[in-house]
Amino acid sequence: MKKDPTIAVLAAASLMLLAIGPVLPRWAMFLINVSLCYGIVVLGMMLLMRTGVVSFGHGLYYCLGAYAAGTLDQVYKISDMSVMLLAAILVTASVSAALGLLLRKYRDIFFAMLSLAFSMILYGLLVKTSALGSSDGFNIAASKIAGITVAGTAGERYVRYALTVVCAFLAGVFMHKYVTSHMGRLALAIRDNELRVEYMGASVPNIIHVNYMISAVMAGIGGALVAIAVGHIDPEMAYWTTSGEFVFVGILSGTGSIFAPFLGAFIFETIRSFAYEYSPNTWQLALGITMLVVIMFLPGGLWSLFMRKRKAA
Amino acid sequence: MGHLVAVLLDGLIYASWLFIIAVGLTLIYGVMKILNIAHGSLYALGAYSAASLGGYWLNHGYPPMGSYAVMLAAAIVVGLIAGPVIERGLLRFMYGKDEIVLVLVTYAVFLILEDFVKLVWGVDPYFIAQPYGLLGSFDIADLTYPNYNLLLFCAAVFLGVSLAWVLARTRQGKMLAAVIHDREMSAAMGINVGRVYFITFTVGAMLGALGGALTAPMISVQPGIGAETIVLAFAVVVIGGLGSLPGAALAALLVGLVRSAAVHYRPELDLFSIYLVMAVVLIIRPKGLFSVQEARKI
Amino acid sequence: MNKNWKSLTVTMLTALLSGISIGCDAQDKPIRIGLVTFLSGPAAGPFGVPAKLAAEAIVDSLNAGKAPAPYAAKGFGGTPLELVVIDEAGGATKQVAELRNLVERQDVDFVIGYIGSGDCLAVAPVAEELKKITVLFDCGTPRVFEDASYKYVFRTRPHATMDAVAGAMYLLENRPGMKSYGGINQNYAYGQDSWADFTAVMATLKPEAVITTSQMPKFGAGQYGPEISSLLQSNSDVIHSSLWGGDLEAFMLQAAPRNLFARSQLILVAGEPYLHRLPGSIPDGTIIGARGASGVYAQKSPLNDWLRQIYKERADIYPNYPAYSVAQAFLGLKTAYEKAKALGTTGTDDIIKVFEYETFESPSGKVMMKLGKGHQAVAGTAYGTTRTVNGQITVGNIKYYPVERVQPPEGIKSIDWIKAGMKPGKW
Repeated sequence: MKKDPTIAVLAAASLMLLAIGPVLPRWAMFLINVSLCYGIVVLGMMLLMRTGVVSFGHGLYYCLGAYAAGTLDQVYKISDMSVMLLAAILVTASVSAALGLLLRKYRDIFFAMLSLAFSMILYGLLVKTSALGSSDGFNIAASKIAGITVAGTAGERYVRYALTVVCAFLAGVFMHKYVTSHMGRLALAIRDNELRVEYMGASVPNIIHVNYMISAVMAGIGGALVAIAVGHIDPEMAYWTTSGEFVFVGILSGTGSIFAPFLGAFIFETIRSFAYEYSPNTWQLALGITMLVVIMFLPGGLWSLFMRKRKAA
Repeated sequence: MGHLVAVLLDGLIYASWLFIIAVGLTLIYGVMKILNIAHGSLYALGAYSAASLGGYWLNHGYPPMGSYAVMLAAAIVVGLIAGPVIERGLLRFMYGKDEIVLVLVTYAVFLILEDFVKLVWGVDPYFIAQPYGLLGSFDIADLTYPNYNLLLFCAAVFLGVSLAWVLARTRQGKMLAAVIHDREMSAAMGINVGRVYFITFTVGAMLGALGGALTAPMISVQPGIGAETIVLAFAVVVIGGLGSLPGAALAALLVGLVRSAAVHYRPELDLFSIYLVMAVVLIIRPKGLFSVQEARKI
Repeated sequence: MNKNWKSLTVTMLTALLSGISIGCDAQDKPIRIGLVTFLSGPAAGPFGVPAKLAAEAIVDSLNAGKAPAPYAAKGFGGTPLELVVIDEAGGATKQVAELRNLVERQDVDFVIGYIGSGDCLAVAPVAEELKKITVLFDCGTPRVFEDASYKYVFRTRPHATMDAVAGAMYLLENRPGMKSYGGINQNYAYGQDSWADFTAVMATLKPEAVITTSQMPKFGAGQYGPEISSLLQSNSDVIHSSLWGGDLEAFMLQAAPRNLFARSQLILVAGEPYLHRLPGSIPDGTIIGARGASGVYAQKSPLNDWLRQIYKERADIYPNYPAYSVAQAFLGLKTAYEKAKALGTTGTDDIIKVFEYETFESPSGKVMMKLGKGHQAVAGTAYGTTRTVNGQITVGNIKYYPVERVQPPEGIKSIDWIKAGMKPGKW
């Protein structure tokens, strides 16, 4: 059996990104940074999609992660990136543990709509809270990492970028190990035929719950990293259109491989960015047409482009 | 006492509006199992067409009562054009794909139509002031309500009843109901499922546009109304049970009354009221209020 | 032999390139200004597109040297201007990315932009990091310079607190006998802040006035049936609203046939942009704010005539207040640039030094950069009452409010200043 090169490729890609960081123009570094954050969120969505459920409310955890990071800075004056990430993980894990108890019984469109309802409730709560800036949100300044102050130094941008790359690498490794493990394979089985999995003795609701929690934590990490990179958070992150974007990027990328979400997120961000620049009056049209083209000609998602090439070789 | 009357009346009026915008969506989902996000754009197209044509009619001095007919005609035409174009031109090639992929296709159509609307009508809001106040108003419990709201209510009831009658009594309707229940079996029985889909989508598109046209006299039609409406329509459809007409009616009533009560007694809850209702209903009845029975396949 | 050719080519290319770069001095290269404004979404119609049209008209006019004194120099100090426009839609994260693209990919020299308060708050720190002078031209939140200080960020229009202060003052001067008031505002930061400021001012100026109801419909709701019923039943003397755009129009359309305005006096804090659109739908006697002495309240002056003329040529209607806001941004920046040039250099730090605390004339009057350590503008404002004359809505009974009565001085937050009695600062 050929040795699985995925982790090696992940490592190589991460090292390459870390290496070219200092020579990239800053806008490109920012673009890659944000794409990787979205990629981490979509990685979680991919896990859920492999389990056969689609969540239209992952903005909830994305937003919770960002606000967990932000509140640490705003209220407790802790602006250490590592603490922020930890907080994001804790908050999203606990909330998803609770909500998952309810959601694990739902499937298909009802899972999607119930998750949407929860994310919109968070949105409403945040908009009502003027202490947190209501719909304007607030700025956060993550100035330290593991105790070392980086704010104001020349490498500040690079540190945030590097943090994201490292987190993306770890997320990718974790997801790869999980997906190729016993639990991960059960997820695919659940997608195919849930009833049979029950008959075989595995607990479907438990697996869905665990996968839900993992994807929620990923979304939270992505949200916290975006908050650190962008420096601003607002309730829009919990709005259903944000969740919809993650779903879209998930389908765009396909569920074929760990790299797919990162690639899909990067392409989506790039297309959106250039559509803004070159057709400011019709960027939605451009995006919609691109989506249709991808859906029609690449039903397996963008990743199937690469799969085909490999098979041909 | 006055408050209660206002809450009930406002709730009923809002419920009528919700039902009108949701009924097309639930029909399309029921028959084709497609959650049509482009429904929001069809609503917007109907509203913009009604507003421009109605405005044109009124500005040229034609009898104001005719503006209603003009707006209705605008909606029907929009539905008749947009429905077939989207269904035959695009959706037809996607049947059989995963449900979620179809949702994305309709989302892409939504994005395209949003910019299309912007290119045709620009970014300025449109409004026509006359038709709303034209029918006069009635007073009740110290409040004044324009009779147009009664028109809305009657339209909702008419739509609901006639659709229910068509589905239950006519041959075409029963075929539609059969397809809702089991597509494969209906096809096996000789029903032209492709044609049923085509007709359903066109009717659904017309209903969406009609919702927009009926709303146009009350609002200022501006970019973004499509997106706002979709979520509301979805919530109503899901609460009622996908594909169920009486479900949509009951859901609209529930959401309308809850929102009205929230506005009158606890205005700060207005933002969440619909999502709270959706969450509560789904917790109590996981598939919505009335759901079509489905056999479990092993 | 090959090596010699290679080094020769390299040397020649280097010489050529350096020659070109020396030959291209700053005089020939136009000044690129990035404009960020709403081109899509509900804010495009009333604010975003008028701002864009005004910017285009102003740039053309400045480049032709047709502006009245003291702005007669072509472009900025003789160098022509070039406008790069991008859409402000998409949310704060997107705008942060777009600012970076604007500065680093499209290589603009200055940025003028941002109508949304959330966007202003988000981009300010990024502008600092990119070290690019960014002029915020329209957003209302006082938080930008009250929560933080910036070196590269300026705002050439006063923030939204003065709208509430002046509005309440005008209301009480014209309706001293009012006893109760209610409100309908959009449930987002600007709407919430407007209501909070207004109620705070009323609590200070007329504590015995009763608040009947505060309706906070969702932004973009469009359907105000229950809200209007609630307002009708509240029997308020006055209704305060910061609604704008399509939401305002929908509210007016739905409320007028229900005789809401026969019962209650309406005060529209941000109602000016749509005055020309709503004849027959805005009842006479409505108090209208223009977020400054702009639009219909702009006093006659050569600059005002100039803006009105160039805007009307481009848009067929007279300019509303966002157009005036954009004019303030361009003229403020132009003043700073030319002052710096007169002193010797037009480097970023030099322009900043003269931009701080500067005073300049605009189509809406004098603008002084006196808050936010010299980065935040203050100016007077005006309010008026509507009257329909020959089918057109006009405003009468216009009252002007000077700076010291409506703006908090440096060092104190707006809401604290209001609660402490709004003592006039020294300007």
